[in-house]
Amino acid sequence: MPERPHRFTPALALALLAGGCMSRPARADQQPAGQDFAQVERGRYLATIADCAACHTDGRSKDQFAGGRPIETPFGKVLAANITPDRETGIGNWSDSEFDAAVRLGRRPDGSRLYPAMPFPYYTRMSQADVRAIRAYLSTVPPVRHEIHADQLPFPFSIRASMWLWDSLYFDPGSFKPDSSKSAQWNRGAYLVRGPGHCAACHTPKTGLGGDRTQQPLQGYSLQGWFAPDISGDTAFGLGDWSVEDVVAYLKNGHNRLAAASGPMAEEVADSSSRMTDADLQAIAVFLKNVPGPSQVAASLSPQDRQMVAGAAIYRDLCAACHQQDGSGVAYLIPNLARSSSVASREPTSLLRVVIHGAQSVGTAGEPTAPAMPSFGWQLSDEQIAAVATFVRNSWGHAAPATTASVVHKARPLDSAGG
Amino acid sequence: MGRKLPPQDVVIVGLGWTGSILANELTDEGLTVVAIERGPWRDTASNYAPNYAQDELRYRIRHELFLRPSQTTFTFRNKSSETALPIRTWGAFMPPNGVGGGGVHWNAETWRFLPSDFVLRSHLTQRYGARFLPADMTIQDWGVTYDELEPHYDRFEYLCGTSGTAGNLRGQIQEGGNPFEGARSRPYPNPAQQQPFGATLFAKGARALGYKPFPQPSGNMSQAYRNPLGVRLGPCSYCGFCEWFGCANYSKASPQTTILPVLMRKKNFQARDNSEVTRINVDPTGKRATGVTFVDRNGTEWEQPADLVILAAYTIFNVQLLLLSKIGAPYDAQSNSGVIGRNFTHQTISDCTSFFDKSKFVFNPFIASGAIGMCIDEFNGDNFDHGPHGFVGGGYMGQVQTNGRPIETTPVPPEIPRWGARWKEAVRDNYQSSLKPGTGVHGSMYSYRDVYMDLDPTYRDRLGRPLARITMDFHDNELKQNRFLTDKFAEIFRAMGAQRVVKEYRKAPYDITQYQTTHLCGGAVMGTDPKSSALNRYLQSWDVPNLFVMGATAFPQNAGYNPTGTVAALAYWSAEAIRTRYLKNPGPLVHA
Amino acid sequence: MTIRRRDLLTGTAVALVGERLAKADVISGKLPWHPDAGSPPQLVRAGRWEFFTGEEVAAVEALVDRLIPPDPQTPGGKEAGCAVFIDRQLAGGYGHQEGLYNLPPFHDGVEQQGPQSEKGPADLYRAGLAALQHYCRAQSGNGHGAPSFAELATERQDEILGGLESKAITLEGVDGKKFFEQLLKDTMQGFFADPVYGGNRDMCSWRMIGFPGARYDYRDWIGRHNERYPYPPVSIGGRREWTPS
Repeated sequence: MPERPHRFTPALALALLAGGCMSRPARADQQPAGQDFAQVERGRYLATIADCAACHTDGRSKDQFAGGRPIETPFGKVLAANITPDRETGIGNWSDSEFDAAVRLGRRPDGSRLYPAMPFPYYTRMSQADVRAIRAYLSTVPPVRHEIHADQLPFPFSIRASMWLWDSLYFDPGSFKPDSSKSAQWNRGAYLVRGPGHCAACHTPKTGLGGDRTQQPLQGYSLQGWFAPDISGDTAFGLGDWSVEDVVAYLKNGHNRLAAASGPMAEEVADSSSRMTDADLQAIAVFLKNVPGPSQVAASLSPQDRQMVAGAAIYRDLCAACHQQDGSGVAYLIPNLARSSSVASREPTSLLRVVIHGAQSVGTAGEPTAPAMPSFGWQLSDEQIAAVATFVRNSWGHAAPATTASVVHKARPLDSAGG
Repeated sequence: MGRKLPPQDVVIVGLGWTGSILANELTDEGLTVVAIERGPWRDTASNYAPNYAQDELRYRIRHELFLRPSQTTFTFRNKSSETALPIRTWGAFMPPNGVGGGGVHWNAETWRFLPSDFVLRSHLTQRYGARFLPADMTIQDWGVTYDELEPHYDRFEYLCGTSGTAGNLRGQIQEGGNPFEGARSRPYPNPAQQQPFGATLFAKGARALGYKPFPQPSGNMSQAYRNPLGVRLGPCSYCGFCEWFGCANYSKASPQTTILPVLMRKKNFQARDNSEVTRINVDPTGKRATGVTFVDRNGTEWEQPADLVILAAYTIFNVQLLLLSKIGAPYDAQSNSGVIGRNFTHQTISDCTSFFDKSKFVFNPFIASGAIGMCIDEFNGDNFDHGPHGFVGGGYMGQVQTNGRPIETTPVPPEIPRWGARWKEAVRDNYQSSLKPGTGVHGSMYSYRDVYMDLDPTYRDRLGRPLARITMDFHDNELKQNRFLTDKFAEIFRAMGAQRVVKEYRKAPYDITQYQTTHLCGGAVMGTDPKSSALNRYLQSWDVPNLFVMGATAFPQNAGYNPTGTVAALAYWSAEAIRTRYLKNPGPLVHA
Repeated sequence: MTIRRRDLLTGTAVALVGERLAKADVISGKLPWHPDAGSPPQLVRAGRWEFFTGEEVAAVEALVDRLIPPDPQTPGGKEAGCAVFIDRQLAGGYGHQEGLYNLPPFHDGVEQQGPQSEKGPADLYRAGLAALQHYCRAQSGNGHGAPSFAELATERQDEILGGLESKAITLEGVDGKKFFEQLLKDTMQGFFADPVYGGNRDMCSWRMIGFPGARYDYRDWIGRHNERYPYPPVSIGGRREWTPS
């Protein structure tokens, strides 16, 4: 099994972890959720959407949800908890309301606050019934004895109580409230994106303290050596150019006629969205395409600009053989640069990473090919990579500030969290 | 015997074309399959990326993607009376190595054999009489017919996205295709590739002489393609770095670009690379294979038990493994007894280089794919009356130039010195206005008593095992065939307006230093009679029923076409027999 | 493994042994991949000689410059870097036949059985160049002041090369024809190979003939018949136009 990269959750400017493991003395009012099969199955599906396994299953072990996976923060590592039903080292002792409080309110049974490494600010949008279903499902997975000693962060970051400030600024608790002026499909999509899907955790720009910039929903954010692109409905930077079918195909198969999922999104597709129903994926697509975008239109650099001239030469000699001279790629195989939001994104992080180190796109049952981009870091200097990046970001209708050699230079080392 | 691994249902020796085809078929049947490959894992972006794959020195001249002779090689002599010496560096052929095998660096010329090729002895005897054939020619019927293989040819062509123009659709001859081909059930999955100037000029010249030229069937995609397994390929960009090289933009059919993405996802499949199988193990009765022994990268020996063994290595290694494992009676040329090593063949290749007026012709020879070209088939197989000519066999011919790579392809007229100012000037003057197809005449080689394989008595590989020994020379039949074909070929270039056509006939003795394709065939052939074949018509060993041997090893003689299409069709044909008959009732499928 | 784009003075450019061997583990579940995968060639730069000694350098540079003489349009073998190419090849695996079957017994066979030499090209050059120098000195009288090959007039140099090629001239202790053929082959390869290997400086041979080098996409040209392809050549190491000016 390939080693998974360490997880990095962006909302962790204050992310610290209290000590100790999760065990507590048994209490009389703890009752696990009922074993109704339909509820368990619903819970399994919701756990896939919420992608609990992404953090709570350590890829190196085969034990589902047994925790221990390191999550990278700017201040050190946080270890994900053991959420199997083990009564001593897992959550087997918790009541349903305690589970709900953890997932939707960020509170542990002893009253201490969770750090938003656990994306409770998004999971709070889930309904109690959905969270109960997830709990019912988790109660059916094999209990694993695995004690997590999570305290790895130095003072003063070890004080959980300081989370009250962050919570007061950025935590808006409460289930999703449907918008009656919108369709049922839109509302389902909004629920999935804002709730269990927690897309904003990667795709929404953050403040200095790691909270969402709510005025720029889903407009892109840099993490783990990649730039999670703008997935609003914006036509220049987001998904405005994609049809609903394009979005669905991307989430379901990892590939559509224009783009391919690689890096952290490849994992997301493989573990989560490729296992969702078509109806849910369509709802997500409809919702995303209706999210307003930044609406900034800039002017492209002139083709005579010295970086553009050099970049054009590199592009013709090195890139066109796969991406075509007009940037259109090959549908479902080679990404369409002319219509790629990754290329045009606010920051060139993903583009540079892919050019320097290469990238493998995801293989799924629907699209097994998994083509990979080779690495060019050995061949091109910082200046040359800056030139070709500037070229593609200012061609075919794209517009972006020039990329500099020093930005390229900083992008060369592989992020230890990214892998 | 090495440490024992957990048993698998199937062990496959070699993960090239036939190994990948069989692995995919048998895993679909629910069996657990392990494929053991001598060479390394290979993949497009990791091993032949578009920023360094186009390196003529490294890949064409130093043969980097091929087997290193230091890992293993063969010995060679022309005649039984001579002493064989090791092939210390490759020349006449280049054995593949690594996952994907020859499928990584082939040029993707994808042909079908003629219906008459499969019943060659019967057909030629009937037409010309038995005495027309040389007494020591050992050609045989295959035991399978073109019609039986047709659906499997089709399957491979659709797996690969073969680009071509059909010539015979269900019996109806089609304009623009090969009028001599066996009937096909449906058109090619992709239209033919575009052709460069030299090829279209050749077609024009051929037509002027009354021939019917057609585009060479190509495993380089003429357009983006999604194959029946859901794997996608991109359009070929005519880069001119095809055969000898890996394809850097997913546009050449190979196991990597057609099967492996699906195969590798299956939970019941594993591959081992850098692991060399040294022996097929059989039980004390000698009639049942128990698995294989292999040596890993560290030199550690392992045993892989399995119920079914598929031998899917390159021709020579298949035969060598059978000999080393003592499966089947080794062929002895003196007494004409035994079958393992018998009916060993190669190809009869020649070329014409032509020079045109540089003020009127610009060919851009570097714009090409591996299977580009316009061909004629009038002189292949038994497509013409051989009676007046005193030989049998033939081949296709065409302007099939795949490259203008300068170390290999800077032709000058023969009287020009090989160095100095005149040489330099002649290179400059002729590069853009000359044509050098390479394997322009692609003739058959039929089988003979004194052309065979066995084990060398002296030389050993790095593991101490005897090297395979090749005894091979040209016979008059093939030399006559080649002279006739090369003369016809030259006429076409003259009809194109060449100022000068230089013929390069294939001459005896067979020379291990001159490249002549890697189409080595035979050695453990298929047939209807265990006395003259090693395998039955399903590629099942007559001696060991749970052993099947893939590849051109099965060809009783070689035809005038590239073998891969037929190799793959036989693999699918055999896989079907295993799936629908053998697995339900393991044992001999044919009772001789 | 990150291969940095740096110029290496040690120019063992071609890895005869092939790419890095993968671990012989079981492969299953998905197509293996890791960042920076691949084995690109190492760029050779002229500078310190790796194999040839001082006198040998002069001889080899003179030899390659006769095999491929300079002319007003295109450099000769020396300026094209053929001697540098050969130097780096001989210093690397190629020089000692790495990857070939080098086990005994060694017997001379017939020509069509191919080379059967225990000694590789490095040994052949060492012996051949020494024998050539000995020949030249012996030709012009004795001892000191007798010109080496490099000091002879070009007509005389050509005569000697022609004589080695035709076997009219033999060398002492070395097969002169074999040495000539090796030198010719290596010089031509150095002249036409990608410049990353030290020869074909500035892609001069490719410019001479109109070969576009390491380009990979001709889809917009396949249909343009009888029309010269106009773009300049590219090497794996790039071309000038890749860097903003």
